[in-house]
Amino acid sequence: MTEETIPRRRFLLGAGIAGTAVASGLGQTEPAAAQAQGPAAAAPAAPQPEPLLALNETEHAFVVAAVDTLIPADELSPSGSDCGIATYIDRQLASAWGGGAKMYRAGPFHKGKPEQGYQLPLTPAEFMKAGIAAANEWSRKAYGRDFDRLVADKRVEALKAMEAGKAEFGSVSARAFFGRLHAMTMEGFFSDPIYGGNRNKVSWKMLGFPGLPATYAHLIDEYRDKRYVAEPRSIEDFS
Amino acid sequence: MTITLKETDAVVVGMGWTGSILARELTKAGLNVVGLERGAMRTPRDNFTIPAVRDDLKYAVRQELFQDAQLETVTMRHSPGETALPIRRLGSFLPGTDVGGAGSHWNGMTWRWLPSDHKLRSHVTERYGKDVIPPEMTIEDFPVSYDELEPFYDKFEKLCGVSGKAGNLRGTKIDGGNVFEGPRQNEYPNPPLTRSMAGEIMDTAARSLGYHPFPCPSSNASEPYTNPEGMTLGACEYCGHCERFGCEANAKASPNVCILPALLADQKFELRTYAQVKELVYDKAARKVRAVRYVDTRTGEEYEQPAGLVILGAYVFNNVLLMLTAGIGEPYDYKTGKGAVGKNYCYQVSGNSVTVFFADKEINPFMAAGAHGVLIDDFNGDNFDHGGLGFFGGAWIQGGTTNGRPIFTRPVPPGTPRWGREWKKATAQWYNHAFNIGASGCNYAHRENFLDLDPTYRDALGRPLIRMSYNFRDNDYKLAEYLGGVLGSIARAMNPTVMSNPAIKRGDYNVVPYQSTHNTGGTMSGADPKTSAVNRYLQAWDADNLFVMGASVFPQNASYNPTGVVGALAYWSAHAITTQYLKSPGPLVHA
Repeated sequence: MTEETIPRRRFLLGAGIAGTAVASGLGQTEPAAAQAQGPAAAAPAAPQPEPLLALNETEHAFVVAAVDTLIPADELSPSGSDCGIATYIDRQLASAWGGGAKMYRAGPFHKGKPEQGYQLPLTPAEFMKAGIAAANEWSRKAYGRDFDRLVADKRVEALKAMEAGKAEFGSVSARAFFGRLHAMTMEGFFSDPIYGGNRNKVSWKMLGFPGLPATYAHLIDEYRDKRYVAEPRSIEDFS
Repeated sequence: MTITLKETDAVVVGMGWTGSILARELTKAGLNVVGLERGAMRTPRDNFTIPAVRDDLKYAVRQELFQDAQLETVTMRHSPGETALPIRRLGSFLPGTDVGGAGSHWNGMTWRWLPSDHKLRSHVTERYGKDVIPPEMTIEDFPVSYDELEPFYDKFEKLCGVSGKAGNLRGTKIDGGNVFEGPRQNEYPNPPLTRSMAGEIMDTAARSLGYHPFPCPSSNASEPYTNPEGMTLGACEYCGHCERFGCEANAKASPNVCILPALLADQKFELRTYAQVKELVYDKAARKVRAVRYVDTRTGEEYEQPAGLVILGAYVFNNVLLMLTAGIGEPYDYKTGKGAVGKNYCYQVSGNSVTVFFADKEINPFMAAGAHGVLIDDFNGDNFDHGGLGFFGGAWIQGGTTNGRPIFTRPVPPGTPRWGREWKKATAQWYNHAFNIGASGCNYAHRENFLDLDPTYRDALGRPLIRMSYNFRDNDYKLAEYLGGVLGSIARAMNPTVMSNPAIKRGDYNVVPYQSTHNTGGTMSGADPKTSAVNRYLQAWDADNLFVMGASVFPQNASYNPTGVVGALAYWSAHAITTQYLKSPGPLVHA
């Protein structure tokens, strides 16, 4: 269990916060490269760790490990975190949405039926943080260590247990937590890069989604049953 | 302290489609009109321009243009014995807010009801027998016939510049249009949109089965168009950003494009934004609404606006809330069946679909518009024989794409995992090779589906939330199973490489996944003041200067997206107000 005593730290940008910088990956039981099979497609410039807005180091390590498991590096895309998805999730949790904007938050709070939807008093940011803590607690019970310190195939197994609701979380529902984690990962992978994920429009290139400006009146006839190939453009490209 | 303002001729609550139409027709008739909108101003120039308008996360996922559930929502329970809980995050339906309302972020499907939808109860009993309607199915006739509403359907279609192809022109059936529709006096204002690849496949398959495919009647203008208000719409760019988005091309009809520029230029009209109507001031003895009280949401200051005429143009739930809190009309009691306000809340039996995958066909799903599919109406309404089926009603069935925006639209074949390498591979492989065939089912009223005031939960102004008691019923489940079979047969006729199992609406109503923002009923119109809240002119039975707009006046929900009917009824009611009511204010129907 020595790994757990080693703090998780990352390279940080800027002299003002450089004091916390030590080698990333320290304390990983498996080098990150061991998870990737084959060359990563369209690898962006090695991403610099970015300052965190909402997550702490432990939470961030969980998110990186989770998004890299949900979206592993392969010939189609770099890993989830290399696509910026951990950054995306951190920023979203720090946004008005993460703070509970547009959510009805008055009590009383009752569990209700699943068809009555989300009934917890927690904001999305609070829910994710509670979920990460519960997931790590469960991971320690099931595997003897935090989720981000598991080898790749155990991470897959652990996420499948959460997805199926088989992981026993004491507080929040494992299935609901996985659902939110999965949804945010997909948002980060496929949304416009201005939100921090989908770096270099990597997912749009993977799909063949052309992005902006999306004006096809002059093309729809010509491209009926013909693949339309275009270098995707994002909001920043038009700003 | 409530500040009382100078009386105006008419006040309009909510500046979406119906509020904008009524304000325009009333100012044309010479009235001074105040429009109260709870949200902010919204204009195409400031709010719907590239590149910001193409932000999938902001608009489609984070719901930028929709009602703020933190301030106002509804509670839901499946049956009257249960405790309702608030819908804390909007999901199943997404009411709009701000100037233009949901009219700025709809998809643009613009329908008329079938003639039989207008007289549902008598049609069903005439065709199938007087005892066939179960007692708990509280369907009624709509008190306005198709023929009466036809000129007003026409008027709304011209306002929107609807693109489509007539299938019944003054009684002559026309192949390529919807041959099941009621007789139209005029062709659509614009020709149909250019058909997509998915639409081609749907058209061929439907014809091979002997059905009658037609292009969606669409308020996405196929050509530049100037409407009778002198407002110009651009041509649709097939950008695939319709539902949940404003239109960058000004091609999607909206109050903001089609009517508000003219209305806002009229000195007789005054728009007040951030003005959330809290309650109606009702004089029960005189059977009049004297004023509306609203809160300036920027300051919290409360105002009373007296008016000679009051138009309710809020969404279904707020129309019902304002009637119930003012004590106008008798609240519905599901135990006795008495009372009308809150009665016959209906929704839509959606979520029935099948996905088809073609290895050798390029779909380009992102070249799409919101109302761009190819449809059949062969299984809609009573267009097919229901003898022995055990249910009534039907669905439109559509093949096509509305978008290729990848946060939500990236179909994978059945059996694909939701994440990991295999998921990614399948996602990349099939993105450009798949589309949905979907069915939007009608939803017929049920005695225990209704709206009332929640005893526990309150909104930001301190008012009770509307409590929805609602579930799908036997008629809905049987319809969904039947539609699943039809969808499967259409999919197979396309000879796809792979197809999903038809998704069929089963299980209890769930507030989480999006289904449709086609909530209806609660202030239903009818011929009898004991069993309806408003008369055939949408005038409240118990307050003759109060007119209630929108789908809350439907006695039940047809399969169709409601905006076409809602727009036509707004013009119908405005016509009655300006030609009859203003000359002799009082009840327009004597019961």
